[in-house]
Amino acid sequence: MTRSKDGELRDTALSDRELKRALAVTWSAPPGLWGALSTVDHKVIGRRYVATAFVFLALGGVLSMLMRLQLAQPEARFIGPDRYNQIFTMHGSNMMFLFAVPVMQAMAIYFVPLMVGTRNIAFPRLNAFSYWIYLAGGLLLWIAFVVDTGPDVGWFAYVPLSGPQYGAGKRADVWAQMITFTEVSALAIAVEIVVTVFKQRAPGMSLDRLPLFVWSMVVTSFLVIMAMPAIMIASTSLILDRLVGTHFFNPAEGGDALLWQHLFWFFGHPEVYIIFLPAVGMVSTIVATFTGRPVFGYLATVMALIATGILAFGLWVHHMFVAGLPRLGESFFTASSMAIAVPAGLQIFCWLATIWAGRPVFKTPFLFVIGFMVIFVIGGLTGVMVASVPFDTQVHDTYFVVAHFHYVLVGGAVFPLLGAIYYWFPKLTGRTMSEPFGRWVFGLIFVGFNLTFFPMHILGLQGMPRRIYTYQPEMPWSGLNMFISLSAIILAAGFLLFFIDAIRSARSGAVATANPWGASTLEWATASPPPPYNFARLPVVDSREPLWTEPAELRVAAGLGVDRRELLITSVAEAVPEARESSVGNSIWPLLAALATTVALVWSIFSPWAVVWGSIPVAVSLIGWFWPKGVPEDES
Amino acid sequence: MKANTVLDLTKLPAHGLGTVSPSWWGTLAFMLIEGTGFALTIVIYLYLMSLAPRWPLGTTPPDLLAGTTLTVLLLASLVPNILVGRWARGQDLRKVRLGLIVMAALGIAPLILRAFEFPAMHIKWDQNAYGSIVWFMLGLHTTHILTDVIETLVLTCLMFSRHGDTPRRFGDVTDNAMYWNFVVATWLPMYACLYWIPRL
Amino acid sequence: MKAARVVALGLGAIACGCSGNQSALHPYGAPAIHVEHLIVGIVALCTVVWVLVMATLGAALWRRRQKKVETEISQQWLTMTVTAALALTVILIAGMTIASFYTTRAIGLPAKAALTITLKAQQWWWQVTYAGSAAMPGFQTANEIHIPVGQDVQILLESADVIHSFWVPSLAGKQDLVPGRSNSLLLRAEKPGVYRGQCAEFCGLQHSHMAVLVIAEAPADYTRWAVSQSADAIMPAGPDAAAGRTAFLAKPCAACHTVRGTAATGTSGPDLTHVGSRQTIAAGLVETTRGSLAAWIADPQTLKPGNNMPMVPLTSFELQDISAYMESLK
Ligand code: HEA
Ligand code: HEA
Ligand code: HEC
Ligand code: CUA
Ligand SMILES: [Cu+2]
Repeated sequence: MTRSKDGELRDTALSDRELKRALAVTWSAPPGLWGALSTVDHKVIGRRYVATAFVFLALGGVLSMLMRLQLAQPEARFIGPDRYNQIFTMHGSNMMFLFAVPVMQAMAIYFVPLMVGTRNIAFPRLNAFSYWIYLAGGLLLWIAFVVDTGPDVGWFAYVPLSGPQYGAGKRADVWAQMITFTEVSALAIAVEIVVTVFKQRAPGMSLDRLPLFVWSMVVTSFLVIMAMPAIMIASTSLILDRLVGTHFFNPAEGGDALLWQHLFWFFGHPEVYIIFLPAVGMVSTIVATFTGRPVFGYLATVMALIATGILAFGLWVHHMFVAGLPRLGESFFTASSMAIAVPAGLQIFCWLATIWAGRPVFKTPFLFVIGFMVIFVIGGLTGVMVASVPFDTQVHDTYFVVAHFHYVLVGGAVFPLLGAIYYWFPKLTGRTMSEPFGRWVFGLIFVGFNLTFFPMHILGLQGMPRRIYTYQPEMPWSGLNMFISLSAIILAAGFLLFFIDAIRSARSGAVATANPWGASTLEWATASPPPPYNFARLPVVDSREPLWTEPAELRVAAGLGVDRRELLITSVAEAVPEARESSVGNSIWPLLAALATTVALVWSIFSPWAVVWGSIPVAVSLIGWFWPKGVPEDES
Repeated sequence: MKANTVLDLTKLPAHGLGTVSPSWWGTLAFMLIEGTGFALTIVIYLYLMSLAPRWPLGTTPPDLLAGTTLTVLLLASLVPNILVGRWARGQDLRKVRLGLIVMAALGIAPLILRAFEFPAMHIKWDQNAYGSIVWFMLGLHTTHILTDVIETLVLTCLMFSRHGDTPRRFGDVTDNAMYWNFVVATWLPMYACLYWIPRL
Repeated sequence: MKAARVVALGLGAIACGCSGNQSALHPYGAPAIHVEHLIVGIVALCTVVWVLVMATLGAALWRRRQKKVETEISQQWLTMTVTAALALTVILIAGMTIASFYTTRAIGLPAKAALTITLKAQQWWWQVTYAGSAAMPGFQTANEIHIPVGQDVQILLESADVIHSFWVPSLAGKQDLVPGRSNSLLLRAEKPGVYRGQCAEFCGLQHSHMAVLVIAEAPADYTRWAVSQSADAIMPAGPDAAAGRTAFLAKPCAACHTVRGTAATGTSGPDLTHVGSRQTIAAGLVETTRGSLAAWIADPQTLKPGNNMPMVPLTSFELQDISAYMESLK
């Protein structure tokens, strides 16, 4: 072990064994609770994030089963209108803001740094902070629900129903503030992902060698960055209307009810692609691995992602087709909405071509991809249907739309996600999930899903509006509703089995090797699960499928320091090494900052002064966070 | 898998500045987020204006004095700001310290002027939607000045502490300077919108 | 087109087999008929697209594979196929966009409607106002709209509180009622009948019970109805109804309800001048009978939890009398 002239210890001076030991010392979190609270390891935080998001999925699923119980019969009296309204609002808000978006970003937190071959995400403390803020937002929402203050105005909280005059109590404020929490955390992650991908890629991983999942996360992150400010502004102005009497949405004083809808959907539509695009990346990854060949049309797929991202900002009015906007303008949004079928179709066609040319292996992750294709194409096509203005006047706000968005959300996002969990479970936990179980999970969910949601199309056309807590016996809907509710049990059983399998496998599944599926991307070039420093030596990349071109050896770079947490900065386009850079160490300050922020935000539901007084502890914790502690990572 | 070393990184600097540093990119990304937010408030302003029978709603156009003085002041602050950035890149500790003190003062001054801008609007936030949006825009921009002032003050303390004289701190100073440019740049369209559109 | 119709209607009929009077698949109004054609066409086209994609998926998954790896030719062939599929997609969506555009034009409001009715939604009932004419004073009613068959009727849509949505699927697509704005919608029934509709935009606690009936009748019948509605309330004939009238006017009822020709001029509840002539009460909640009226007046909060009519304490005699009075208001 020799130190270089400047006194730094470099990996060039160490044998593999010594290097791993030294890196482990530098990169590990302290053991025990303190370590758990202060860690900034993207893998620990990512895993935590994924697990939390799945807990919210289970909770949201339980809510949906309550709705199905209430709707199984006409004029049922299990759940009254007040509770039902809270339940569907909670279900929608929880699924969108606490499950679907966070889970996708969580997967990125875990996998993007591994896939681009770096040692930690950019801004690791911000990453830790974002998790705590997310958790606080989730707890706020659920605690409020438990004490009967759950929001009851729908997941898009239309004014004036959610405004000061009609949304009495604190219910709508809870909703609006939960938005603030989750958007802050989502924005933070988006920034981390963009910078990680732009600046921390393995040498040689030029943009045209970026794995498709990483591409999808880059586009998603830009969508987050451009779309989420709209909802932040919307929810803030809603709170201001409610708390200090501004008139943004009050038509009597020059405000406008539709302004809310414009702002919400300017965010809300990109939001659905924020959920969908990462899933697309997962599908591409799984398709490549289980057909044993690269995805056909790499460039086309990337272009499709980008095109979807750009088009996503030109569609929001299709949620407002019956709000009374000028018809000519609406026709434009019909055209733009339908146009998105082109990039969506392109991707589907590329995957089909890949499967055609490759040799499919029917393992569970791939089964979920097949399920995705079957279901998502239906959902996409119903999307095209509702994009037509006249068509939509009949099905808007009915169960037809409920069917559409569950087909795209569950089929288009949850199916790929479950596939991705089966696929990446070895990397997440070091153990493999059960293949026989997996087939049952897939079968139950696939069958249960279609039996549950397909009939909703018919209900919608038969005139059943959404968001009704009950319906009258003379309406011809009771048979189908009972059928749907019974089918939902099959669906729930599938999810339950999934949870059981995941928990069981995490504890006692078969131990996984580094690359159990023979996949091509860099996360498989290190142990399962990866050590705290991810890669003992950073990989060097000269093709799109680094692990397929030279299966037996990994080309690596040497010369990084091991005394401090060090990683490599490379250039944006070509990933040429530019500098070594330190990555911050563990810190409790992100947690403290999150606590301070939580106090300020929750307090501000009750008093505007909270913004003034509450910002003091926030500022203090931020200074504590950034103030140098004299550790090697802080200096250079 | 066998590791095969093909690249030597020993010669690389231990820290990058400007576009080489992640924090530069992070600052840029946050500017993009906030810029989107500012742009949206202007859109809301114009939207509400398009609905109103007359504009400004229920009052007269704002007085120009406070806002214009502030604009001039912000523009003037760009000069020392750019200098601080340059000195920081040159790692000139003494000049950076001095520049930061100037910048802290130039950050606090607009806050004082801002206190006169709110009354110059001739309307309260809770009178009508016009009042709501102008207070919102002013408030949003004020929080940006405020956060940058606090950051500048903290950085000033840092530069006077033993942690000051490292390339990393100088990098923080350049990022801070870049952010101040952004705070000034976003004000210009807001100024035009708040003060001149009602006069059209 | 015929085959397409079978597909869509088949889907609709799977569990139904009924002739719903609140269904987009059973249109009896010109706008709804236009839209139904469009729905059937687009659904059929999309079904074909889905079947094609699934067939390709199946073939790709289970086709027989040769040992040797793919050649240059097959790459080129894949590219060509993907491009062709993409081109087809563009053509199909262009077609659907154009079809939608023409349908939008077809269901738009004509330059001049035969009749204009103002509909003002509130939590959770519909106030219907018919403008007066030289022959007849204007009048108000609730939750029931009568229109002459075969004529263009413009419905002006306004809201008193939150956003609601007026939707009678068998006659036309929906349109929102937005506070501070005024929208309008074309209704034109081609066949006499009773068409049910329901508020489609979530509007709070009783969004589920905010139905509306549109009764389309021959123009002569319609005119007869309008004339009778425009008249003041009749004086009750029977003794209990007469007692009911007195009680009604003495109790808080009159503060919220109007009965034209009496001292009751409240406006926060539905106009009750001819409530006995309406098919249902409380926005489609129950059929109008003396019993249901009594049940409603005795305890509106159990029948429709959260609605804006409070329980007014009444003795059982008062209740009987008032119900009789209400029923008599034909
Ligand atoms: C993952 C989420 C997701 C995705 C991917 C989509 C995808 C699409 N959505 Fe959906 N949508 C939602 C989530 C999503 N949606 C949600 C949550 C709502 C409701 C919100 C609420 O009200 O609560 C909603 C509502 C919604 C509406 C408003 C309906 C209403 O309220 O009345 C509309 C209208 O245009 C719409 C359209 C579309 C379109 C055109 C697509 C397209 O992207 C689909 C493109 C894909 C395909 C078309 C299939 C693949 C293509 C081919 C196989 C090629 C061949 C195709 C053709 C020839 C057409 N969606
Ligand atoms: C990603 C998003 C997502 C997902 C996954 C789901 C999943 C489901 N949804 Fe949801 N849904 C929405 C997003 C989503 N939904 C949105 C945005 C709305 C609109 C809300 C609004 O109008 O405001 C909505 C509305 C909505 C409605 C309409 C309500 C109404 O308008 O009145 C219905 C009705 O049936 C419904 C049903 C279901 C069902 C049965 C599932 C099932 O797929 C759920 C299956 C899962 C489970 C049943 C969980 C299983 C777990 C367990 C049993 C626990 C085990 C736990 C451990 C071991 C820890 N949903
Ligand atoms: C505080 C106001 C208020 C008072 C007092 C009140 N009502 Fe009502 N009433 C309403 C409202 C609001 C509705 C509509 C409820 C709904 O359908 O959601 C209504 C509905 C009705 C209806 C059904 C009308 C229809 O066409 O659907 C009847 C009948 C009625 N009220 C009778 C009475 C009688 C009789 C009394 C006195 C004993 C009374 N109301 C007192 C507000 C009131
Ligand atoms: Cu009125 Cu829903
Ligand atoms: Cu959309």
